[in-house]
Amino acid sequence: MTITVFAFYLFALTAVAAGLMVVLSRNPVHSVLFLILTFFSAAGLFVLMGAEFVAMLLVIVYVGAVAVLFLFVVMMLDVDFAELKDGLAQYMPVGLLVGIILLMELGLVFGHWIIADGAPALRQAVAPMPEDTHNTVALGNLIYTKYIYLFQTSGLILLVAMIGAIVLTLRHRPDIKRQNVLEQMYRDPAKTMQLKDVKPGQGL
Amino acid sequence: MIAADLSTVLPELLLAIYAMAALMWGVYLGKDTQARTILWATVGVLFVLAVFVGFAPEGTRTAFGGMFTNDGFGRFAKVVILLGAAIMLALSEDYLTRNDLMKFEFPILIALAVLGMMMMVSAGDLMALYMGLELQSLALYVVASFRRDSLRSTEAGLKYFVLGALSSGLLLYGASLTYGYTGTTTFAGITSVLESEDMSLGLLFGIVFMCCGLAFKVSAAPFHMWTPDVYEGSPTPVTGFFATAPKVAAMALFARLLHDGFGAAVSDWQQILAFLALVSMFLGAIAAIGQRNIKRLMAFSSIGHMGFALMGLAAGTVEGVQAMLIYMAIYVAMNIGVFAFILNMEKDGRPVMDIGSLGLYSRVEPARAAMLAVLMFSLAGVPPLVGFFGKFYVLMAAVDAGLTWLAVAGVVASVIGAFYYLRIIYLMYFGEPADALDGKMPVVHFAALSASAFVMVFGIINLFGVEDIAAAAAATLLQ
Repeated sequence: MTITVFAFYLFALTAVAAGLMVVLSRNPVHSVLFLILTFFSAAGLFVLMGAEFVAMLLVIVYVGAVAVLFLFVVMMLDVDFAELKDGLAQYMPVGLLVGIILLMELGLVFGHWIIADGAPALRQAVAPMPEDTHNTVALGNLIYTKYIYLFQTSGLILLVAMIGAIVLTLRHRPDIKRQNVLEQMYRDPAKTMQLKDVKPGQGL
Repeated sequence: MIAADLSTVLPELLLAIYAMAALMWGVYLGKDTQARTILWATVGVLFVLAVFVGFAPEGTRTAFGGMFTNDGFGRFAKVVILLGAAIMLALSEDYLTRNDLMKFEFPILIALAVLGMMMMVSAGDLMALYMGLELQSLALYVVASFRRDSLRSTEAGLKYFVLGALSSGLLLYGASLTYGYTGTTTFAGITSVLESEDMSLGLLFGIVFMCCGLAFKVSAAPFHMWTPDVYEGSPTPVTGFFATAPKVAAMALFARLLHDGFGAAVSDWQQILAFLALVSMFLGAIAAIGQRNIKRLMAFSSIGHMGFALMGLAAGTVEGVQAMLIYMAIYVAMNIGVFAFILNMEKDGRPVMDIGSLGLYSRVEPARAAMLAVLMFSLAGVPPLVGFFGKFYVLMAAVDAGLTWLAVAGVVASVIGAFYYLRIIYLMYFGEPADALDGKMPVVHFAALSASAFVMVFGIINLFGVEDIAAAAAATLLQ
């Protein structure tokens, strides 16, 4: 029990601290590295909750793909982050004010937080706690049966994202010379060189 | 089980399959040479689906454990959405070809956006609502920046994307608070919890957040900031599309959420909607006065009109929902005509959006000017045109629900707003002579413009029967 508690505080504190560093660090590459640390800590928290599938997803998808992609973007593109942060001091007071008001309002909500009497039972009814299966199996059962509609819709949304990315960025440039592998393979060395017999003083 | 579910979502399923098949067709058969074929095929499919949905058997059916509701209300909204989208797509062909924007992805993105809208109006669950909304929004962000070499168009797309993401965040936060209190995401479940227990502060916050998120999507003030810039920057056919189908979908979704989900808490959300309606009506009326660009003007006009439609919803009654449906159907019909005109505002092949260029247009093209004048009178709500009846039903619903002050404010706002509609008519008939616009109008556009003007004049006889259909549709939402 104590180890669980210790692990929870370790992961939670790391997540919060690393999350702060994402925003605060001056070097964008460091920011991305701290983001990866945040993802890892969150994955640890998921393992503690018994949701090992989500934890693995977080590591594989977010750390393995998304964060590394971020890293490449940050390193490859010439984005001037100092310039992006330029107006920060100017907008800070308004942003802070709005943030504080929102925080106070939310505090008010959670101070009075009650849930409907039937709510816990309803919540259980949607996804019964799996008794003797892994939560990967339980999740698969739920996604592919009960939530098939939502699952397929998410697929369509990703399709739209893909079409959008291609439509807005792909450019067919006719003036570029491209490599044509077949042409290269079928090239006949015997025909590539022509020998001309140029008579002296006449040219071609 | 699954067969019954699939037959309930058949129109959506067909549209999704069509969109994917068309995508394959375009990719494998010569890319943009197929664009025109795919565009007209999409128009055809949308029309056929509109007929299919319109003549579907009566009754309410749910699918996928209540996540999808196929009822009269949804079918009414879907028919308006499908017809509006099909006509706007047909109108866009000429513009896209002339401006070198004819890519085969355009009709496919529109089809997918329409699919999202159909899912939105049929949502029976907070998650299904969000999924439909995102499918629609994501496709719209892309078409907003479709002219990718233009700074304004990309700015419009980016602005729409960032603010849309913010509003989705608000909506999701509200949904999570709702789920936290009620323990369920289905509308039926939320209603049953609300009926048996008291309102809690947390749930109230949830409703407020969700209303804010949806107000962004219908461009109601004070969440309207993106509208003028997006309308101005997007390619004109896209602007016309924004002003028709997505507005109906978002408004129907609003009604669906408030009545299906929070129908037991009318008094709690009524004041929110009344406030949104009041601010939108006045902002739309006053801020448009200073606009010279006709697309920005139409943006503010849409904000004002959304205010009136929200007034119908604020009534919280069957009559209110009926008035909202009639209003949206009329609004779409008017916008089709107006945008058919705007698409051809050209001078020497270049689009001219300044309203000063309409000076004495009645001498250049008397027929077009007359029809635009009819549409402007109708948009202003001048009796006896059909636009007046839209406002009339909304105001009646508000008065019947005890919101007399809101109805009075609506009348005042519509009088103020009439100024800028009438100014366009004034410019066309009595204004300073301007360099004449010389855009030729293709037959399709002329047909859309004259059909729209025709509806505005002859619809006053019986509104083409929309009134009864809308009443029946509204009744299914509030059984």
